[in-house]
Amino acid sequence: MIAFVFDILTATIRNATPLALGTIGETYAERSGVLNLGIEGTMYAGAFFGFATAFWTGSLEMGLLAAVLVGLVAGGLMAFLTVTLGANQHVSGLGLTLLLIGVSEFGNRLAFGGGQSLRRIDPYPLVDPLGLGGPFSQYALTYVTFLAFVPLAWWVLMRTHFGLAIRAVGEDPEAADAAGISVFRTRYAALMVGGVLMAVGGAFFTLAALGSFTLDIIAGRGWVVIALVIFGRWGIWRAVSGALLFSAVYSLQLRLRVTPGWQDVPFELLLALPYLVVIAALALSGRNVAYPGAYLKPYRRT
Amino acid sequence: MVIPVALVITFAFTAVFVVAAGADPFDAFYRFLVAPLTSPVTLLEVLVSATPILFTGAAVAIAFRAGYYNIGAEGQLLAGAIAAAGLGMVVGALPSLVALPIMVAGGAMAGAAWALLPALLRVRSGIDEVVTTLLLNPVALLLVNALLNGPWRDPETGFPESAPIAASAELPQLVARSRVHLGLVLALAIIAVAWFIITRTSAGLKLRAVGSSPRAATFAGLDVNGTLLRAALVSGAIAGMAGVSEVAGIQDRLTGGLSAGAGYTGIVVATLGGLTMPGVAAAGLLLGDLRVGAGSAARALDIPSQVGEIVQATLLLVTIAALAIISRHRSTQAGR
Repeated sequence: MIAFVFDILTATIRNATPLALGTIGETYAERSGVLNLGIEGTMYAGAFFGFATAFWTGSLEMGLLAAVLVGLVAGGLMAFLTVTLGANQHVSGLGLTLLLIGVSEFGNRLAFGGGQSLRRIDPYPLVDPLGLGGPFSQYALTYVTFLAFVPLAWWVLMRTHFGLAIRAVGEDPEAADAAGISVFRTRYAALMVGGVLMAVGGAFFTLAALGSFTLDIIAGRGWVVIALVIFGRWGIWRAVSGALLFSAVYSLQLRLRVTPGWQDVPFELLLALPYLVVIAALALSGRNVAYPGAYLKPYRRT
Repeated sequence: MVIPVALVITFAFTAVFVVAAGADPFDAFYRFLVAPLTSPVTLLEVLVSATPILFTGAAVAIAFRAGYYNIGAEGQLLAGAIAAAGLGMVVGALPSLVALPIMVAGGAMAGAAWALLPALLRVRSGIDEVVTTLLLNPVALLLVNALLNGPWRDPETGFPESAPIAASAELPQLVARSRVHLGLVLALAIIAVAWFIITRTSAGLKLRAVGSSPRAATFAGLDVNGTLLRAALVSGAIAGMAGVSEVAGIQDRLTGGLSAGAGYTGIVVATLGGLTMPGVAAAGLLLGDLRVGAGSAARALDIPSQVGEIVQATLLLVTIAALAIISRHRSTQAGR
């Protein structure tokens, strides 16, 4: 029983890594007033270009760097559409997702012939700096995410001038502008930083967890993140807790698949469970939450 | 006027992918856009390809017009397809005249049912429908796969496909030696009826009022939540019919890849069509043309067929960018 709980705990922390990264990224975007539905495509492109770069250069670090670049470009494009041009945020984000998935699958087809034979890389190994084993045996990126990125993201958002600027332009851009904060520059920065976190979250799958790229690798996790951000009421800690909750249900169903007595349940239905849990969590906790004041609203000086 | 300009800009942007794949962009774009229209056979295929996205485009446009962001047409389509395949296996004893309306009504109800939970959460608890409709898309696909790998797996071939539906449940072919089927007429009829309702009836006026300003509609005493709920369910029902159309008109059974992203393409169609029904009809045909063209260009030039998806997504982004620029320009002019 203890071993079972430890296994679930280990998997929960591991599987929560990309969700935590995406959640921070989306929280930054939305706190600045922009809903970024490009997240699903950004994670997908981060996973593919991270993998392809690591495959061709033989360097996982180059793969990570490629994912960072993908995130900057994706976030910058989203910012150009919604901040500079003031285009509809829902459609911009969905269009960006469709584009990035299309480009990734196009690249996959061109570079690897569509994946009939699965190309593999040697992914990042598990590390266990404390030598405790079990839940402490994790990828370095998981350690960095939970021990550095999450607290840092909270600190930057709540305690620094940049974070204040993000929150200000997301609540009341006119007032922020009057106070001398550049709405455009702040939103660009929030979307680009957010894009990097999303793309690195996607690259976690190919560069650490799996060591290969498969179609539909993100499988709606970007949409899960959008839900987690609302669940977290745009706070970093609550949203990351939501990521851990989703990951716990996800890891539990993975484990149940190989647990005697559960094998007759179709695995697809178990796989659907985490999505339904997120909807249920939103239904229970998301009643009439207060969205950022300038959410979905393009800003323009008058 | 926006769309032709957007097409040219899109081609300029996406030429880099065609060149990367080792083909001549002008040749490729001719094949994407013009070649499908030059022979009767491919022209009919354009209509086949346009059929599901005419449904989903109309579904998305109706919801968006009401200000209800239904991004779940993909899942609703699959729910309709599941219902159609299930009903199609049991209505064999009935004549087509009875079986077909049952199929269509069943698929529409399944689509509406798949749209119900997000709609209720929105109007009762104010929970954003974007995220709930999106999350139900992978769930619908998992449900399809669970059926195809489990109880509905074809007993004869063992493939993950359902057994064929009854002959009387198939949508009849409209043109000999082509795949054009009655679903096209149904889609166009839905678009015509939706056009009439939106532009010529009080229900349509309510829908537009709620969509353009929910606050003003509330002050005017309109039932905003009721209108949103109805728009969401009608949208889901029409997306569900797209699933019926694909199952009963093309596949004759439930298959895993049956949607081919038609639910998401519906968002592209609705946006390019400016959320109007004549616009949806035109954009549906344009994207049908592009889908057929991308498929044949990919085979003829040996380039990845995903170029079609890249062109489609770029066209969407260029169009909304152009619309945003135009509306800013107009409001600047009005402000002077």
